[in-house]
Amino acid sequence: MINSLLWTPLIFGFCGLVLPKRAAGWWATAGAAVTLAIAIALLAGFDPSGGLQDTVDVDWIPGLGVDYSLGIDGLNVFLVLLTAVIWLGGTAFAAFREQERPHLFFLMMLLGETATLGAFVAQDLLLFVLFFDLMLVPFYFLFGAWGSDREGGPTASAATLKMIVYTLVGSLLMLVGAIATAIIAADGGHLTFSIAELAKHPIGEGSQRWIFWFFAAAFLVKMPAFLLHGWMPDAYRAAPLPVLAVFSGVLAKVGAYGFLRVVLPLFPAATVQFQEVVLVIALASILYGSVMAFTQTNVRLIGGYSSVAQLGFITAGIFALRADGADGAVLQMVNHGLVVAPLFIIVAILAERSGSEDLREMGGMALRAPVLAALFLIVTLATLAMPGSANFIGEFYILNGLFQAKIVFAFVAISGVAMSAYYALRLYQRTMHNRPASQQNNGIASRELSLRDGLVLAPLVLCILGLAFYPQLILHRADPSVQQSVTATQGPAPRAQLASNPTKVAIGSGIQTP
Amino acid sequence: MSFNAPDIDYAALSPVIALTAAVCVVLLSAVIGPLRRAAPGLTLLALATTAGLLIWRWGDPTDLVAGALRLDDLAISISLIATAAAAFAVLLSIREPAAQQAGSGEYHALLLGSVLGMVLLAQAQNLVTFFVAIETLSIPLYVLCATDMVRERSLESGLKYLIVGSLGSATLLYGMAFLYGGSGSTDFAGIAAGIGHAGLGGDPLVLVGIGMAAVGLAFKTSIAPFHQWTPDVYEGAPTPITAFMAVATKAAAFAVFVRFFDVALIGSAADWQPALAVLAATTIVVGNVGALGQDSLKRLLGWSGVAQAGYILGGLVVASDAGIDALVFYLAGYLFMNLAAFSVIVARERETAFGDDIEAVRGLGRERPLLAWPLTISMLALAGLPATVGFIGKLYLIEALVEGDYTWLAVFIAVGTMISLAYYLRVVGAMWMRPGGEAAPGATPAIAGASPEADPIDPDAGRRPYLVCPALLAAAGAVFFGIVPQPLVEFAQHAGSALI
Repeated sequence: MINSLLWTPLIFGFCGLVLPKRAAGWWATAGAAVTLAIAIALLAGFDPSGGLQDTVDVDWIPGLGVDYSLGIDGLNVFLVLLTAVIWLGGTAFAAFREQERPHLFFLMMLLGETATLGAFVAQDLLLFVLFFDLMLVPFYFLFGAWGSDREGGPTASAATLKMIVYTLVGSLLMLVGAIATAIIAADGGHLTFSIAELAKHPIGEGSQRWIFWFFAAAFLVKMPAFLLHGWMPDAYRAAPLPVLAVFSGVLAKVGAYGFLRVVLPLFPAATVQFQEVVLVIALASILYGSVMAFTQTNVRLIGGYSSVAQLGFITAGIFALRADGADGAVLQMVNHGLVVAPLFIIVAILAERSGSEDLREMGGMALRAPVLAALFLIVTLATLAMPGSANFIGEFYILNGLFQAKIVFAFVAISGVAMSAYYALRLYQRTMHNRPASQQNNGIASRELSLRDGLVLAPLVLCILGLAFYPQLILHRADPSVQQSVTATQGPAPRAQLASNPTKVAIGSGIQTP
Repeated sequence: MSFNAPDIDYAALSPVIALTAAVCVVLLSAVIGPLRRAAPGLTLLALATTAGLLIWRWGDPTDLVAGALRLDDLAISISLIATAAAAFAVLLSIREPAAQQAGSGEYHALLLGSVLGMVLLAQAQNLVTFFVAIETLSIPLYVLCATDMVRERSLESGLKYLIVGSLGSATLLYGMAFLYGGSGSTDFAGIAAGIGHAGLGGDPLVLVGIGMAAVGLAFKTSIAPFHQWTPDVYEGAPTPITAFMAVATKAAAFAVFVRFFDVALIGSAADWQPALAVLAATTIVVGNVGALGQDSLKRLLGWSGVAQAGYILGGLVVASDAGIDALVFYLAGYLFMNLAAFSVIVARERETAFGDDIEAVRGLGRERPLLAWPLTISMLALAGLPATVGFIGKLYLIEALVEGDYTWLAVFIAVGTMISLAYYLRVVGAMWMRPGGEAAPGATPAIAGASPEADPIDPDAGRRPYLVCPALLAAAGAVFFGIVPQPLVEFAQHAGSALI
């Protein structure tokens, strides 16, 4: 089951190479749809208290101690589903438009899906690193070959190269770190990279300290976090929008997921020691991302910087090192993916209609495209974590965890919530209302969402709504695994205290009546 | 006093004998009327026979010629890499102007002579055979570099290689003399015994000898700071010869490097390990930085070869079983990665007027996907991206280094790889992405940096099966062993266990 989940996209991608050009997009969409069906089936059979399940574990390179080991648990099951959903949306959206060299484009899209799913389901540290690096390859081609060159700025290939070098700086060090972890843990004995095995006996504190940063560098660049985000503006402006939707929606989460999957269980002592350093980085990301998001006029950059801020929130939730913070982080990862992917699809639709990606040249769209405006409004409200949306619950959990762990940090983080309202509403107003003077006398021609784009956008928005009504779907399933990740950092007997956490019940029942 | 003639084990010597015979036959074929055009075919036949004989001797280590040679799995695996590289070079040489100018028979005989030197070198167990083999390997290569006689660069390349190579050989020989003087033996085992039992580890004579031998070998393997000849020679030599040198010379020289240091000089490992580690780190940085901004693909691969030599040297530094395994694995993977690139460069050199300039591959993805994919895979593999043999090779090396307490060198490999992305991906970008600002029209003449005397153009070179098939084969190997590395890992482990 899990094998078919992982390899279906790639197999579809290769089969698509022999089809006629016009069918390539639809074939790829079908591949993404089949993957989604498998992901849903996996979720249906998922047992929240069952720990790691649907496992596959075979020797891959016995000579080097590397296993081909996959599995699903509460941490990744929804991220897998998110990947499948967003990839289907992005692929379908791309299939509706004519692409240059469609065979290669869709092959790369599906290779990207396989690599991303691989990073989520890998249970062997080295396999995780491998998929983590492999994710870059298809996006290198997609951004570079189908992206747009910017006048007065770097070309698509230069912007992409910058992104690759930035991200690989982190992940190559991670490779060294991963190997060092396994060798130090083996101590001359049997070499294994199994994450579960390594977590049982964490390595010495001195080694944890430097290896922690090797991993943190990889994950923080990927998100991207403040100071490590240098690749983001250029790459976001160069990327083709359907690709950017999946990139921003899913890939950034692999970094946050990596903290929960690898760093917390494997390097608990270092995590506790560096908790505040990472929290400072996370808060800086929230503040910087928010401020940048409400000063930019390029709609892609507003999306990009808001992601920096949101990922800052997620990191803060994880590094509260409490179960509720991390629960919130997992929920928020899914939420943010579901919000940002439609956001970029809407940006693509707006850019097609207004011929520009500049906020100053857009506006007045609500009058001419009411359905699009309504869908966008839902996305906007979810982005600013309106009470009633799942994002609200996610942020609430995160802040709750942070309050109990580090109250000072929580106060600063709250300002991010306020700022997100500003940039999200600004984006909505400037694009949908505020008719620019140049268009005052143009009469009103309908610029409504086409039915085909509606087919892509509406299900994504429905997912947002669905999750708003029933966030327990995720929280309930994620909690046992999250607890397991977090307990590693808590010393001897923290479980009882976490399990009887009263706030969770209160929030769960409170949100249904906004 | 009686003299006992050594036993001659013809079976174990058969690869060497086959190659020696083949050199004569191929050389003579040029003057025998009916065989005039048969040199490439005969060469391939000879290489296949040699490979067959080598595989036959697999897993059966034998001391030969009174212990002067030793045919073990390390020697066999390195010899196989060399013969495979030579076979690729023969295919790439079909219709190569250099081969025609020099005379097909002579050209191929020299190539086989060089392979013979490599096969001997991989087996060398004695300072004398070591030196004779390294000269047998080098002298034909000096000539081969200069075979493209109408191009000045080719002559320059041959001369440069001759001078620098001789300097390296002389240094090596001087070092050997010191080692003999210090330990009283020319046998590797004798030297090891001298250093181990007689307590000569700290003897200045021996240390000077080790130092000079290391410098001599560093010249041959293009380890910085003894690498300066590499980009020039690579650029000037006929491309099939460059491909052969890049892979086979490196493999053979590293084989003897390993045998010499991990067998003969293992007793003073504590002295040479830190020194070689520093050399490896320097090489990684120098090679990768040098490759940045190179417009000639052959120069770029030359610099990249320097950097890769630094990675490979890491496997030697740790002086462990895992280190040698990693080294052999990397050399085998390097065969696939590099030959895929060189096959494409040969095809484009003949097809376009750009020579080996990066302009020659611009837009290749659209124009010739069957060439673009091998070059793409080769670049990604050399950069060590996953799902290629390059990733597994780096993984293997890093594992060996961390295990051997050289984690800092592993970090250097990681840092070097990051730098290397900038130039490898530039080539990939040129193939698949729109022409961008970096080649602004009019900024530089289109063929600056390439060989100005463009070769005769064969507009269909990109479709010739003898160029496309090697490219695809090598690229397929690079991907296959990246996904199913276990067979190659076992191959390397066999070779590694031959020594320690």
